[in-house]
Amino acid sequence: MTAAARVWHRFTPQQRLMRYAFYLIAVAALVQSVRTVEIIPEFLEDAPAQIVDLFARMWPVDWSYYPKTVHAALIETLHIATLGTILALGLAFPVGLMAATNITRWPAVRLFAKFILVSSRSVNSLVWALLFVAIFGPGALAGTLAIAFRSIGFVGKLLAEALEEANRGPVEALVASGAPAPTVFLKAYWPQVQPSFWSIALFRWDINIRESAVLGLVGAGGIGMALDDALSLLYWDQVALTLLTIFSVVIAAEIVVTYIRSRIL
Amino acid sequence: MTSVEVKAGAAGGSPDRSLRIQGLRKEYVRGTPVLRDVSIDFAGKGMTAIIGPSGTGKSTLIRCVNRLVEPTAGKILFQGQDLAALRGAALRAARRRIGMVFQEYNLVERLTAIENVLCGRLGYVSAWRAWLRRYPQEDIDGAFELLEAVGLADRAGQRADALSGGQRQRIGIARALMQRPDLLLADEPTSSLDPKTSVEIMELMVELAGKRDIPIVVNIHNVELAKRFAQRIVGMTGGSVVFDGRPDELRDEHLKAIYGGEAWL
Repeated sequence: MTAAARVWHRFTPQQRLMRYAFYLIAVAALVQSVRTVEIIPEFLEDAPAQIVDLFARMWPVDWSYYPKTVHAALIETLHIATLGTILALGLAFPVGLMAATNITRWPAVRLFAKFILVSSRSVNSLVWALLFVAIFGPGALAGTLAIAFRSIGFVGKLLAEALEEANRGPVEALVASGAPAPTVFLKAYWPQVQPSFWSIALFRWDINIRESAVLGLVGAGGIGMALDDALSLLYWDQVALTLLTIFSVVIAAEIVVTYIRSRIL
Repeated sequence: MTSVEVKAGAAGGSPDRSLRIQGLRKEYVRGTPVLRDVSIDFAGKGMTAIIGPSGTGKSTLIRCVNRLVEPTAGKILFQGQDLAALRGAALRAARRRIGMVFQEYNLVERLTAIENVLCGRLGYVSAWRAWLRRYPQEDIDGAFELLEAVGLADRAGQRADALSGGQRQRIGIARALMQRPDLLLADEPTSSLDPKTSVEIMELMVELAGKRDIPIVVNIHNVELAKRFAQRIVGMTGGSVVFDGRPDELRDEHLKAIYGGEAWL
């Protein structure tokens, strides 16, 4: 005597119906979107030819543009990224402390810190750059401050998270020995978050190299200005050189950061 | 070691090291006390073991003494002060005189063994000097002597996370004694260790604290270890003291009252 075969379905009939309905809606939305975008067929057909044409104009790369303009702009970009990162570390450190629930007991202070962190991150660096160009005029100062203010949120938030994940044990031990609060931070929290902190700093520096490369588009100094000039004059061979330079620097920064991180962690 | 003791003696003779707990009550949640008005007097010498099932308030009791846990009501009298009423600098000063050994050792993992021992002095050294690691020479001498006393002189420069459990607990004991305390609290100091190491750790605590005339209050769930090393046993269950006497007075019916049931005996 065999028992009746037991039936098992992953979804109930109702769930299955819902899923089919969802697929149907997704397809309908896709069709609707393609219609709204209004792709111009001539341009679409033309695109491969345009791409080939663009690359043809970029070639050969104008290497002589590098010593003339790009090199100085590149160095400026590195300065903007590095100084901006250092400034951000200094500014973000206290904010990170204020935002960490296990360090700051007063909810009002934490809320204030969270407000700073969120405002810093919700504004794009290009927008920060536009603001600072309006205040300080075009140039590297505006770029540096834009990078710094955009980075506060990132560094501060990750530092606060690292602090909150710190093991409570050593903190308890030092509190129990009668150590004052600054010492408890220095000897129980800081050794625990130190590797994360430097890792966050390097990671942000890496991002800032990339971000500062485009800040020149709004006049905030650096290699972006060289790119902007070449683009508006339609010197595609110079555009190609600038893009190649940015690409190489980003790769180099990535390698440096990966190497140092592997050493400190 | 000798220089340390001479110093302590010169500072104020031999202060009273007894501890009196009166009507101590702790409610983590209002209306459900974990400690139900516990009153115990601890003599100023020897080891007192507090035994009892998990969750019965042993840890809470010990942690109320150095205020890692805030008592809800009651008095904790030590050297003419009510520890339960202290705040700020006065509380830190009182904590400096009470050493604590933890179940999970609570060492700062990324600091070396010697620096973990020196952490016992952080209540005395300013944050600034701690940051620069400029500990007074007599503290450094004391730390080396203690490392020798716990048998880890050759591990001074090793990071705490490179040590075994037993070695870490030895460092934990050295750190607590580094405070030159008038009372040593130990919260389940052997629960994370194997049986042989547990005995060694208990022997070490008794020996080193005995030499310095420091009374020990230890929480321990291992009844055999308690009977072997303590001169007095306090049995707790449900937040109240149900046995208080010498180890040889502890009978099976007491253990039944403390732990409940008898199948395990």
